[in-house]
Amino acid sequence: MGREKTLVALAGQPNTGKSTVFNAITGASQHVANYPGVTVEKMTGSYRYDGAKVEVVDLPGTYSLTSYSLEERVSRDFLLHEEPSVVVNVADASNLKRNLYLTFQLLEMQVPLVLDLNMMDVAKRRGIEIDVKELEKQLGTTVVPTAIRNGTGKKELLKSIHAVSLSERPSEPFRIDYGPLESFLTEIEGELSGNGALWANYPPRWLTVKLMEGDDEARRLVRKNHSNPELLLAFVEKKRQAFESEHAEKPERHVAFRRYHVADDITKASLKPKAASSQPLSDKADQFICNRFLGPLILVGVIYLLYYLSIVQGYNLTNYTWPLLAKLRSLTESILPNPGFIEEPLIRSLTLWFVDSINALLNYIPIFFILFGLIAILEDSGYMPRMAFMLDRLFNKFGLHGQSTLPMVLGGIYVGGCAVPAVMSCKGIPDERARFATILTIPMLNCLAKVPLYVLLINIYFVGHKGLAMFFISTITLLMVLPVAKILTRTVLKKKETSPFIMEMPPYHVPTIRGVLGRATERVWLFIRKIITIVAVIAIIIFVLLQFPGLSNERKAYYSTQKDLVTANFYKKIEGNPYAEHVQGKNLMALVIYWDKYKNAKMMAKGKDAAKAINERFKEENPIFFKIAQPKKDKDAKKLNRAFKKVFSARKKLLREIKKEKIDNSFLGQIGHAMEPYTKWAGFNWRINVSLLASFAAKESSVATLGALYEQEQEGESLETRMEKGEKGFTPLHALALMLFMALYPPCIATSIMVKIQTGKIRWMVFSMIFPIVLGIMVATLIFSGGNLLGLSGLQAMFAFYGLALAITIGMGFLKNE
Amino acid sequence: MTLDTLKPGSTCLVKKLTAEDQLGQRLMDMGVYPGLRLTVVRNAPLEDPMELELGGAYLSVRHEEAKFVEVEG
Repeated sequence: MGREKTLVALAGQPNTGKSTVFNAITGASQHVANYPGVTVEKMTGSYRYDGAKVEVVDLPGTYSLTSYSLEERVSRDFLLHEEPSVVVNVADASNLKRNLYLTFQLLEMQVPLVLDLNMMDVAKRRGIEIDVKELEKQLGTTVVPTAIRNGTGKKELLKSIHAVSLSERPSEPFRIDYGPLESFLTEIEGELSGNGALWANYPPRWLTVKLMEGDDEARRLVRKNHSNPELLLAFVEKKRQAFESEHAEKPERHVAFRRYHVADDITKASLKPKAASSQPLSDKADQFICNRFLGPLILVGVIYLLYYLSIVQGYNLTNYTWPLLAKLRSLTESILPNPGFIEEPLIRSLTLWFVDSINALLNYIPIFFILFGLIAILEDSGYMPRMAFMLDRLFNKFGLHGQSTLPMVLGGIYVGGCAVPAVMSCKGIPDERARFATILTIPMLNCLAKVPLYVLLINIYFVGHKGLAMFFISTITLLMVLPVAKILTRTVLKKKETSPFIMEMPPYHVPTIRGVLGRATERVWLFIRKIITIVAVIAIIIFVLLQFPGLSNERKAYYSTQKDLVTANFYKKIEGNPYAEHVQGKNLMALVIYWDKYKNAKMMAKGKDAAKAINERFKEENPIFFKIAQPKKDKDAKKLNRAFKKVFSARKKLLREIKKEKIDNSFLGQIGHAMEPYTKWAGFNWRINVSLLASFAAKESSVATLGALYEQEQEGESLETRMEKGEKGFTPLHALALMLFMALYPPCIATSIMVKIQTGKIRWMVFSMIFPIVLGIMVATLIFSGGNLLGLSGLQAMFAFYGLALAITIGMGFLKNE
Repeated sequence: MTLDTLKPGSTCLVKKLTAEDQLGQRLMDMGVYPGLRLTVVRNAPLEDPMELELGGAYLSVRHEEAKFVEVEG
C-alpha cells in the first residue's frame, strides 16, 4: 500500500495480557494521553520494523463493542474513523470461546486483523491444544500463537503485522450466520445500499447488524449520513418489532446468542480433544483467599502491608531523600541575594517559598513510588477483583462500588493516605455514579498532610486522652464518607449512569518486575509532570496574597529605628574591643550570614571528623569571624561573641514581628479578619482562618502558618506552648471543631487537578472544593455552637458526634439504592 | 427458578435472560447466554455478590442482577 506510517491498534478483552503485548512491542517509547473529550486513557507507543516507524495504540480492554460503555464507544470510534492499518486482537488462548465473541465483532467491522492467541503457556498447562491452521481457515484471518509474558512469539507477531499491513483486504469477509435473522438483515441491507456516504464509509454488514441490534451510535451515523434517515430508521424499527414478535426474542439477544453458537462450533473444530480439565489452581487458591473467615483476615493483612510498606517504610526512605531536597534548597539560597538586617529581597523570599512548596510535594515521591509499585502488583496479580468481590456489598449499600476499596485504602481509610493516587486509581470503577461518588468523597479521608494539625491540637487540648482523640479522628472520617457518598448518589449524581457489577475474576498471575517497575515509574512521572507545574503557580499566588500589600511606610520607619537601636546598643557594648573594627558597617551583616551558615553546617554534621572538617573550612573562609564564633580562651572574642549573640536574637525577634505583621496586613490576613464574624460560630478566629486559607495549596502549610502567627517568646519554645499562650480563650471544643473542619477540608491543589482529570470537568473540580467547605463549616458550627449551648466538654462533644455519625451511617445503609 | 436463589456448589442451565438493555447486554457480552451450563462457586464473605464458573472463566455477579437470569437444574 506504500503508506509511510503504519498504525497498529491493539484490541482485546480484559485479562488477556494485552498491556503485556503492548509493552513488549513498544518497549520504553510510550505516551499516555486522553481520547478527545473523554476521560478514557489512550496509550500510544511505537517501534521500528524494517526501518519504518510503526505507531501502536492500545485500545481499552472491552468484552464487546456495543455503545453502552464509554470504553467500548471509544474503541469502536477509533476503529471506524482512524482506520488503523492493522488491528491486533489479543485473545486468551485458554479461553478461546469467550474471546472469539469480540473477534467476530472486529471481523464484522472488516478491519485488517491479526488474531494473537496469547497466553499459550497457560492453555498448554490446562491441556488445551489449538489447531492454529484450522482456526485460520475458519476465520479467514491470520492467527499467531504467543506467550508474550515468557517472550515467546513476539517475532512472529511483528512479522504477521507487517505482512497484513501490506496485503489487500480479503474480498470475501468472514460472515456469521445469524440464522432466522438473516432475511431481516438482507432487507435492511437492500434499503441501505446505494446510499452514498453511509455505504462508502462504513462496513455495510456491520452497520446492518448494528441497526438491527438497535444500537444508538449506529442510528446516529444514519442520521448524520443518510439522505432520508427517519424513513430508514422507521423501517428498521418495524423489522425489529417483526423479529421480536415472530421469535419471542429481541434481535440484539439473538445476535449475541448466535455469536456464541458460532464460537462454540469453531472452538470445537479447532481445539484438539483435551483431557478432562482439573480444577484450576486459581480457584483452589480462592477457596482460601475468598473464604468467609480467612478472606477478610487476608484482606486486612494486605491493606496493612500496603500501608506499612508505602506509608511507614516509604516515609523512612524520605529520611534519605530529604537531605537531597534540603541541599537543593541551600544551593538555591546560595545563589540568591543575601538578606539584609531586617529586609529580605523579594526575589529571595519568593524563590525560597517556591522551592519549599515544590519540595513539600517532591518529598512524597518515595512514598508514591512504593505505593504505585504495590498497586501495580495488586493489579497484575489478580487480587484487586477479589478485594472488590469481598467488599462490594458493604460499599454498595452507600452507593459506592466494590472497586472503591483500593481508592479508599489509598486515601487513608484509617489515617495517613494520600488523595492524589487514590483519586487516580478510581479510573477502574466501571459504574460512573459510584466512580464519581468515590472521587468526590476520598478527599474527606485522612491524608498524611492533615495529621500534623491533629497532633498539634491533640497535644494541647486532649492531653489526658491522646489515644482516644487520635482514634476518634482516624475513624470518624469513614463515618462521614459513607453517608455523604450515599447523599451524593441520591442527589447531584442521581443522573449519572450506573452499570451492573458483573466482573471477571481472572486467574492469579505472578507479576513481572519489569511490568511493576515500569508502571510505578510511569505514574510517578505523570504525577510530577501534571501536578508540580500547577502547584508551583498556586504557590506563587498564595505567596502574593500573604506578602502584599506589606508594611506601611510608618511601620517600616518604626522597624528601621528598632534596628538602629539594636545595632547602636551592640556597638556601644563592644567599644574598645580589638575585634570591633571587623564588625563595622556591612561586616556586621556578613557576620550574621557567616554565623547562620556555620550553625547550620554544624547542626547537619554527623560525627567528630565531620565537625572538625567544617571548623577547618570556616576558619579558612574567615579566620576572624571564626575566632568570634569559637572564642575558646580569647577574652575579647568571648565578649564580642556574647554581645553578638544578643544582637543576633534581637534581629530574629524583629524579623518574626515583621513577618507576623505582614501576614496580619496581607490580603489573606484581611480576608481572615473579614471572615471572623461568620466563622466565630465554628470557633475560628482570624488567625485560624488565615492558616486554613494558606493551607489551600497544601495542607502541610496549616501548621507552618500557625508557627509564623504565634510568637516565640523564648528560644526553642515548642509550637504547642506558643499556641496555648497565644490563644488563651481556646477550649478543647474549639480544637475539636477545628480538627473536624480539617478532616473535611477541600482537596489540595494536586488532588483537585486529579479530580479534574478523572471527572473530565472543571465543574466537578469546583464542586469537589465547595461542598466540603459547606459541610465542614456546618459540622464545626454544630460542634462548637451546639456544644456550647448544651454545655458539653470537648470529650463529651466528641462522643456525641461519633454516636450521631454512626447512627446516620447505619440509617443511610438501610436506605435503598435507587 | 432464578439464578440468585442457587446455593454454592449447584450447577444449572441458563434458560432466559429477563434483563432489559444494559444489564442484559452486559450479561451476554460477559458470556452468560441461554443454553449455557454454569456453576455457582461461592458467595462473598458478606453473602453478596456470588461467583460463577462458566466454561473455565469466573464471574462475580450481584444477587440483585442474578435475579434476571432464569435457570433450571
